[in-house]
Amino acid sequence: MSLLEIIKEPWPWYVAGPLIGLTVPILLIIGNKSFGISSSLRHICAMCIPANIPFFKYDWKKESWNLFFVFGIFLGGVIAAYFLSNPNAVTIAPELSEQLAGYGITDHTGLVPSQLFSWESLFTLRGFIMIVVGGFLVGFGTRYAGGCTSGHAIMGLSNLQWPSLVATICFMIGGFVMALLILPYILSL
Amino acid sequence: MNNLENKNTDTERINASQIKDSGFSNLKYLIVGLFFGIVFVKAEIISWFRIQEMFNLQSFFMYGVIGSAVAVGVISVFLIKKFNIKTLQGEKIEIQPKTFSKGQIYGGLMFGFGWAITGACPGPLFAQIGTGATVIVVTLLSAIAGTWFYGLIKDKLPH
Repeated sequence: MSLLEIIKEPWPWYVAGPLIGLTVPILLIIGNKSFGISSSLRHICAMCIPANIPFFKYDWKKESWNLFFVFGIFLGGVIAAYFLSNPNAVTIAPELSEQLAGYGITDHTGLVPSQLFSWESLFTLRGFIMIVVGGFLVGFGTRYAGGCTSGHAIMGLSNLQWPSLVATICFMIGGFVMALLILPYILSL
Repeated sequence: MNNLENKNTDTERINASQIKDSGFSNLKYLIVGLFFGIVFVKAEIISWFRIQEMFNLQSFFMYGVIGSAVAVGVISVFLIKKFNIKTLQGEKIEIQPKTFSKGQIYGGLMFGFGWAITGACPGPLFAQIGTGATVIVVTLLSAIAGTWFYGLIKDKLPH
């Protein structure tokens, strides 16, 4: 197998995880920046719609590195999808596949299931909850918690911050409750 | 001053560096982000299916990713502190401690709900859009709206 072919295969966790972890020292060393992504949403609010809200009145330009960083993530998505993409469908756990089939979700070709997340489904109740309500909870919840998976679960835990452990445990509890108890009802809509 | 006030009520980091970044020097963050985005896509971390497998305990994958990322992060921060490693600009590396607020519980649970629904944290949203899932722009705008709404009603919420 050529190197490019190896890169095109899905990467295992023991490659991806350490690379993500390395983001922590890289950002610290290249510019004294603490890893965190959800802050970018706050900076976008401060930049575009501050509306005289004190929470958005700060010098967002000083934090613009974070906006460059997320724009880079977007570009990384473009490059990976168009030049390094895996020609095969995403392999998923057979149990999950069976579960999802019960809700009519049978297409596993994309990373984002098109039967749930598409412009057509946006105008259905199920799609609206998945796309709009879900997004709102992500934005509201991360800011209320003061960080997301990157800022708390990775950066905060790396610096042994107990509030970040509390946040991470709550992220997981929320995720389990939603996925196991509530999501089945939403998917049945 | 606003900056400082916000620091006290929000555990989020307002960056420590006193060196003003020019537009050009910000490009390095774009490049780090770019590699990060490629990892997100290639390891399928941005896949809605991976997140469902994680919360249904059907795969070890995401636990392996997050666990090994934290392990590398812990070791890195430990080494930076132990050897007093400086930034490339020669500044002392400073990491602001996270202060506890009830927001980490209430907000954390809300984010957990959103995470399991959308299958994405804020970072993967940007990468998903990059892969061509254009409708995720709506999810991102909604997340920005959620952040904005938090800013609006922040003082009325328990912290």
